[in-house]
Amino acid sequence: MKSNMNRINQRMLALKQANKKALVTYIVSGDPSPDITLDAMHALVSNGADIIELGIPFSDPMAEGPVIQLGHERALVHNVSLTSTMAIVKQFRETDTDTPVVLMGYANPIERMGYSKFATIASDSGVDGVLTVDLPPEEAVALNVELKKVEIENIFLLAPTTTVQRIREVVSLASGFVYYVSLKGVTGAGNLDLKSVKDKLTLIRQHTDLPICVGFGIKDGASAKSVAEYADGAVVGSVFVDKMGALQNEHRDVVLSAVGQLTAEIRSGLDN
Amino acid sequence: MNDLTNVADIDFSSFPDKAGHFGIYGGRFVSETLISALDDLDLMYQRLKNDPVFQAEFDKDMAHYVGRPSPLYHAERWSEKIGGAQIYLKREDLNHTGAHKVNNTIGQALLAKYSGKTRIIAETGAGQHGVASATVAARLGLKCEVFMGEEDVRRQALNVYRMKLLGATVHSVTSGTRTLKDAMNEAMRDWVTNVDDTFYIIGTVAGPHPYPELVRDFQSIIGREARQQCLNQAGRLPDALVACVGGGSNAIGLFHPFLNDESVEMYGVEAGGDGVETGRHAAPLNDGIPGVLHGSRTYLMEDENGQIIDTHSVSAGLDYPGVGPEHSWLKDIGRVEYVAINDQEALAAFRELTQIEGIMPALETSHALAYAEKMARDMPKDKIIIVNLSGRGDKDILTMAELDGITV
Repeated sequence: MKSNMNRINQRMLALKQANKKALVTYIVSGDPSPDITLDAMHALVSNGADIIELGIPFSDPMAEGPVIQLGHERALVHNVSLTSTMAIVKQFRETDTDTPVVLMGYANPIERMGYSKFATIASDSGVDGVLTVDLPPEEAVALNVELKKVEIENIFLLAPTTTVQRIREVVSLASGFVYYVSLKGVTGAGNLDLKSVKDKLTLIRQHTDLPICVGFGIKDGASAKSVAEYADGAVVGSVFVDKMGALQNEHRDVVLSAVGQLTAEIRSGLDN
Repeated sequence: MNDLTNVADIDFSSFPDKAGHFGIYGGRFVSETLISALDDLDLMYQRLKNDPVFQAEFDKDMAHYVGRPSPLYHAERWSEKIGGAQIYLKREDLNHTGAHKVNNTIGQALLAKYSGKTRIIAETGAGQHGVASATVAARLGLKCEVFMGEEDVRRQALNVYRMKLLGATVHSVTSGTRTLKDAMNEAMRDWVTNVDDTFYIIGTVAGPHPYPELVRDFQSIIGREARQQCLNQAGRLPDALVACVGGGSNAIGLFHPFLNDESVEMYGVEAGGDGVETGRHAAPLNDGIPGVLHGSRTYLMEDENGQIIDTHSVSAGLDYPGVGPEHSWLKDIGRVEYVAINDQEALAAFRELTQIEGIMPALETSHALAYAEKMARDMPKDKIIIVNLSGRGDKDILTMAELDGITV
């Protein structure tokens, strides 16, 4: 029922036809300061990112490991919000009309804004998908209604612990792509188990034709490549946020160049 | 109360619904990885809660390990001094480990045992729940790790040491505001990582379904006993119940068995910190709005962008920006009134009860006592107020000494 106009579907289809895998890169909006995010998004794209996941800073990011927690804290020092994050996406769209942008965050800032207002502004800003970590399908019904109205994809998570019956239920509500959480743990964890990823993706594919991107624990081109052997795309986050933190006192050109270089390395690993 | 006729018709025991909702509150707002563990817990709990063998085991521990029933004590001297209503104290401070928290940890530890998990984790604010968790873990031979905000580790040093003596590992949490909410974030992160072998004992009626329900059920022994004791001692039901509310487990434990007793008024007392009007407090039901945190929809203290904000209270156990979802619902339907007591009023009540009755209450509990004193003054002498004396004050001695400028 989705129109094929959505950038996520277009991009995933184009990659499939080119026999390539999606590189999904995550940074936190406003980390380490709000004035760098727009240029960082462009640097990600020009060095090979296919989809940008933009983290909405939250005071209590329960699913994040220490690296991304600190990214949220750095952004919150500057009072970066859902509103200002969507304003950045709108600016991004002035020069990039192709690259899909997915907002990733937690339910409370969206609750506070109100689902309808959020969907309207997100659509107006050129947001393509929303992934709300603590809003599993059973609690997402009301938000889904609003997102559908404006043709924004609601990206749901599947996990190593998700049962078969539940996989069926979740994929029936999902659109855009399915985000498979590769491990039991928080973002940036070090216990990626390829065999279990392979087995679970095989199982998930029996129940959906949606593309599957895998995230959590992917640190470089090599791990992205190994995961992408079974998946349609790899999500890489903590290493970018770590870089942002390490270079927070450097000149913006240094940060942008480092972000670009890291992206190019992972892209190259993924494609080889 | 705004709509009593309606409230009287509610079957409170039928809440939450199957998905864990109390009206618009509660639910299960967690990442996908935890859903199956919560499903398993829910399934097991729904089976065991009506299982006579499980109940008998719980009752036996309550009687012989915790020391229940806890007394309902008529504080005659204090009531006389106040000159109004008669105040009765439900003595949860006399439980093993010194607070109501153990009622819940015994229940959840039994669930852990039935589930075959070998490791227990818990979050703690004042340290009472951490101590109660470490205690049951020691008794069952389970590994126990407790998450506690760095700020609380400092101000509740005695309880930290108690936990260590009991064999638990205490993790000092340095993220965010370094208090109870951050300890809970960290416990959730640990649980999502070790979900296969770990049982998370949540200490209050918050968190994702089924926690608010099962913690309430384990704590409801307080209200069931108090109701019967009041009937035995005074020959009638009380006129009012008063309990402090952080997450709200001692309050729901006292209130729940009375919810269908229309004549009984209920007051949940939040931490007013420097005063609700200053914004520096921990009173979401007085001055917050509904939102989503730690797995459920409930009243929260947050800013205009939906960020959770710093709370302030002299008592570590009430220093929490959220509250159990059932309380949010009871507020909205008008069954319970939620009020606030500030730090200075609570400290005065602490000294008052200690000196008049020889009972040293926890600083958390002191909030309830201060409100009861205010209320009692304006009530006739034949009225009865039950205050949940949820914990003893030994753990707060260093805080009191610091306020008095004394080095112990």
